Parts: sequence; C-alpha cells; structure tokens
Amino acid sequence: MSFLTVVYAVLFYLATAVLVVGVGRKIYVFAKAPAPLKIPTTPAPTTQTGVIMRMFREVVFFESLFKGAKWTWLFGWVFHMGLFLVLLRHARYFQDPVFFPIELIQPFGIYAGFAMVAGLAGLFGRRLLVDRVRYISAPSDYLMLVLLGLIGLSGLMMTFVVHTDIIAVKQFFRGLMTLSLSELPADPILLVHLMLVALLMIIFPISKLLHAPGIFFSPTRNQVDNPREQRHLAEWAKRFEQQ
Amino acid sequence: MAKADFEVPELQEYTEVPKYVEGTMAHSSPYVAKPDHNTPLGFPGELVPDWHEKTLEAMGDLLGKYRSFQVYLDSCVKCGACTDKCHYYLGTSDPKNMPVARQDLLRKVYRRYFTFAGKYFPKLVGAADLTREVLDEWYSYFHQCSQCRRCSVFCPYGIDTAEISMAAREILDRIGYGQKYCNEIIAKVHKVGNNLGMPGPAIRDTLDGLEEDVLEETGVAVKYPLDVKGADILFVTPSADFFAEPHIDGLIGYGKVLHECGVSWTFSTKASEAGNFGMFIGSYENMRRVSMRIREAAIDLGVKRIVFGECGHAWRVAYAFLNTLAGPWDFLDPNYPVPQHICEFTWDAIQQGKLKFDKSANDDKVLTFHDSCNVARATRMGDKPGGQFEIPRNVIKAVCNNYVDMEADTIKERTFCCGGGGGLLTDDLMELRVKGIVPRMNALNNVVQEHGVTHMAAICAICKSQFTKVIPYYGFEMDQIVSVHQLVSNAILLTGQGESDDDSDEDDE
Repeated sequence: MSFLTVVYAVLFYLATAVLVVGVGRKIYVFAKAPAPLKIPTTPAPTTQTGVIMRMFREVVFFESLFKGAKWTWLFGWVFHMGLFLVLLRHARYFQDPVFFPIELIQPFGIYAGFAMVAGLAGLFGRRLLVDRVRYISAPSDYLMLVLLGLIGLSGLMMTFVVHTDIIAVKQFFRGLMTLSLSELPADPILLVHLMLVALLMIIFPISKLLHAPGIFFSPTRNQVDNPREQRHLAEWAKRFEQQ
Repeated sequence: MAKADFEVPELQEYTEVPKYVEGTMAHSSPYVAKPDHNTPLGFPGELVPDWHEKTLEAMGDLLGKYRSFQVYLDSCVKCGACTDKCHYYLGTSDPKNMPVARQDLLRKVYRRYFTFAGKYFPKLVGAADLTREVLDEWYSYFHQCSQCRRCSVFCPYGIDTAEISMAAREILDRIGYGQKYCNEIIAKVHKVGNNLGMPGPAIRDTLDGLEEDVLEETGVAVKYPLDVKGADILFVTPSADFFAEPHIDGLIGYGKVLHECGVSWTFSTKASEAGNFGMFIGSYENMRRVSMRIREAAIDLGVKRIVFGECGHAWRVAYAFLNTLAGPWDFLDPNYPVPQHICEFTWDAIQQGKLKFDKSANDDKVLTFHDSCNVARATRMGDKPGGQFEIPRNVIKAVCNNYVDMEADTIKERTFCCGGGGGLLTDDLMELRVKGIVPRMNALNNVVQEHGVTHMAAICAICKSQFTKVIPYYGFEMDQIVSVHQLVSNAILLTGQGESDDDSDEDDE
C-alpha cells in the first residue's frame, strides 16, 4: 500500500469524524438551547403542517431570499441545486450495486457541475462588486467560495479533461467503508479534488456552513403562530413562576 | 418646517439604496442610564469595573437561554440580502446600520471567544477582541435598531436582528451600561403603573373630561370607567392614549365602540399601560414583571376578558408573549381570545351589525394606513395569517369612503418602521429618528402627490408620537396622523345620538 493511499485514508476517516461529531455537537447545542418566547416572523402558519410547508419552501426554493435579493437568489439557488445533484451523482462511488435513481440522474449530475460553478462565480462577483456586500465580507467568505469553486472545477476537469481511474477511486472509497484499504490512483487533479473535499468537511462544523442545520432551528421560521392558544414556557423561565 | 442641526434628507420618488458612507452615525448615542434608573430593574447602577469578564459571562448565559441568539450568531453566511432593508441604513448610509453589519458588531466578539475559528484564526473569519471601543460601538449601534424585524423577512435563515439587539441590550444592562430612556420608563412602570408616571387621580381627571366632551358632542353619556370591579372587560392601552394627540381621539373611539356594543368594561390604574419596554431591553424578567401587572389587575377587578388598545410593540408582547409571561388565563372567558385587539373587537362588532356609521363624516380626508412594524411582523389579528393587515384596513374602509394603500414594497409584511420604535423614541436620538423615517416619508409623499392622500392612520402609540413629531421636518402637518379609532369615532352613530338635541346640534355648525 502506498504512503499516499494511507495518508488519504487517514485524512478521510479524520474528516468524516470531524464532520459527524462537529455537526452533531452543534445540532445538540442548537436543540438544547430553548426558545423561551414565540417569535415566528408573521404572517406565519398556524399549524404544524403549515410550518413544515413553510420550511420546505424555505429549504428547497429559498423563499425569503427570493423576496429579498433576486440576483443572490438566482446564483445561490443554482449553486445549491447544482451541488445537490452533484452530491447525488457522487453517491455511486459509495454504492455497489448503484441504486437505480442514482443511475438515472447521472447525466444531469454532470451538467449540474457547471451550474454549481457558475452559481459560485456569480456569488463571488456579487461579493466583490456590490459595495455593501464587499463591506460585510471577511477573508473567509471569499475563501469559502474559492474552495467550493476549486472543488467543482477539479471535478469537472476529471470528467472533461484528464480522466482518472474512476473504478480504482470507487474501490478506494468502498474499501474505506468496509475497512479494507485499496490503492488510490496518484493523479494530481484527483488528489487536489479529494484534499479540498476533506478540507471542506473539516471546516464545516466551525464555519458559516452551519447555516445548513441552522435553518431548521430558526425560531422565526419553525414556530407555529399560536401563542394565544398555547403557553410556551421555557424550562429556565419556570423558576419565575414559583416566586 | 421644523429646524434641525443636521441635514434633513430630501424626499425621493422611490427610496434608493445609497452607497455606504462610513461613520455617518458613529456619534449617535442615547443618554446612559443612571443608578436610579438601573437598580429598580435589578441591574448594576453603573458600568462595573470587571465589565470585560461580565460581558462574556452574560453572552455565554444568553447563548444557553435563547436558541435564536445561538443559531443566528452561527448561521449568517453574509449573503447581503438584508443590507438594503433597514430604514436606518437607507436613511443614514452608515454601513453599520446594515442588519448584518450591526449583528457582526456582536458576532465578531462571539467568534473570538466562543468559536474555534475565531480563537485561532481571528483575522480570517473577522473575529475581534472585546475592547472598550467595541463596547461603546455596541451601545451606539444597538440603539440604532428599532427591532422592527424587516430584515428577518428577507433573510434566508430568518435571522432577526431584533433578537441580536435585544441580547446586546440585555448584556449592556447586566454590566451597568443601560439606556436612560428605556430604563427610566421601566422603573416608572414598576413604581406607578405606566410609562408616563401618571397617577390614578390624573387618569380619572382626564377620563372625566372626556366623558363631558363626548356628552357635549353627541348628547350620549358614554362612560370611560376606571378600576370598576366586576366589569367584563379589562381595557389595557398605552398611557399616551390618555393625553397625547392623536392618541386620545382614538381612546375616545374605543369608548364609543364599547358603549355602543353594550359591554361593561374598565381601565385599570394598576395596568394603565399597554407598552412593555422590557422587550426593548431584551429582559425576560422585566418584561414579565411589567406583564404581571395586567394579570394582577384582571384578578383584582374580576374581569372576564382583556382587550388591548392601539399599540404596536405592546400588541406584540400581548399577543405573542402574554400567555407565556403572565398566563395561564384559565380564569377568563374561554370564548374570547386572550388578549383581544381593539381592532378585532371593532371588526367583529361591525360584522355583527352592532355599529352604525356615517362614513361621510370622514369625507374631508383621503386615508392611507401605516402598518406598524411589530403588529405586521410579530403578531396576528383574527384567525387567519395576515389578519393583522386586513382587519385594521377593513375597519378603516368601514368608516371612510376614501382609502389608498401605499406602495406594496412599503406595507404589510414589508412595512417600514416609523423610525422611532424599539426604545428609540427619545429626543437624544432625534437625528436618527428624522433620518430613519425617510422610507416611510417617500412612500407617503408618493400617495400624497399621486392620489391626494391627506391623512395617514396608525395603530401604535410610538408610530403616532414619532410621526407627529418628525413629519414636520418633511413639510407635512402633525395633524395628518390619525388613530384608526379616531376615524371610527368620527363616523360612529351612537344610539340616541342627535335625537334629543336637534337644536343644539345646529348651533355647533
């Protein structure tokens, strides 16, 4: 087994652990903190089903962002949907046999790669060109877009420019899953691609990527508008009741 | 036109998003609370020597108590959707008045002390040390947010800057660095029962005067009861309704509606204030203490229902928090929502045909309606989402012939704050108030020019006070602002009105 394969194997075990434990810990923190008051942004749904619908529109269509900033919505939505399809397409590297739906979306997944990179370019341009957005941007905000962009570009290069031994890559990842290491091809673009993906997984729980779990815990979006009908007393607020 | 020692912005046809200009409002800072204001609220009298440690301690405490605070500090991706939504940014061009930048004043400290990335790579993620300068900047800019929630409508994660502002003010209070205006008022409520410190006899005097006025005007003996035990309805209204214009004309209207519906009702000295400034300073405890007066008054007087007068933030606390803070209301009549808004009450009565109007009494006016921020984005009226937009409009249209809405981007859930909400309605923030009103003034000016609108109605004591004081800077007259129930009062035909005093009616003309 080559040194490189071992390094990447360790890297992906580590990255997966950081991602799962880090995001899990953060979700625990979000879930544990009580929302002591009813604060949905109204007009808000008056039923739990309504809240699920609202959250669905928010997560799938970015409803609020659409109301707020059309260009950001366009670039952001194209990027996220592209990324979603690309991720689904990549599922085939972890499945044997490959699930039928995953096979079906393979061709779309390829074009989604272009959409993803185009969306990122748009977001980057907006961050650079709109004075207000430039003002609020930290170096990490640009770097995050660069990181995702490089992941997308290196991935596209392997599809359209310099192919790698994709069978071997699949065997490597299947090997990681079954604890039987197999050789990873030493193609530079593949190595860059995988390195950046591992980096993304590692910084996920300590960065603004936490918006992904965060949205589900946002009280202005996930609360039912029924404060007159139901009391909503937080555990820590109960001590006032005894006074 | 009113005079100002700063430049009053010019009105535009549509509110344009300005290029940012750094530091234009860095000097804006309200008077700091004195020990007399702070200690009755349970806060240290003045800035504590170990404020650095205590600030971080308070932040940590709030992170564990408010999911909104924790989630919103972690989730912002700096997409910029909120940057052109705040009326204070649109009016001042100060980039720190962009909601995300305002949050970042606090978020950068959160990151520095509470996150891995901020501890080890502060420059990379925009984290910063907590210094005295940072603290002063918090004091300045978290008192340039009216907690109107407009930013939260457009944020893809629903991040509500009001939540961050409230937390920031709570932290500042806990280190003895509170704001005079809010804390002085809350101290008055704790002591006297209302924001203005009006004692019971003064309220009774005012109400006696109103009863005489209404009798003279209509020939009907409409009562404005105070502290009547055994009344069915406890009526809680902002104390400004007892004396300020045009608030008091609205209060006259409440009385006429309640009289005509034949219900028994009463004001209360103890709960002679609907407003709850505890919300502005983010203090659950103070908000609860202020709310408990209403519970105590309801029990003392033995009422069956609670109805609130026209007040924006008050309605938020009443509608969204009162059940939690001062409930359960199991001793009240379960057939009515607790509490009920006077607009809900009036609209119900209109639909049941209990009220008769002469709409032509308002024919000298062309009306528009200003949706108060906290009513629009934090509450509801009626059973259906959006009732808070429809019901006040329905009431106005039932009593007026001429009504026009302002531009869609400036009403309903997208409404702009009046510029004085959230604990900023104080003279030491006059520049902020005059500039923050710009988006609303542009929209109003448009309908004035295009549709001949003469009056703007509102259902919030703060909106009414802010508008009457500030619209003269833009060439409007203060009496162009009216209460919704003032319009009702103008048009309502009371039973028996004009029957016995035909001759005296003529004399008045």
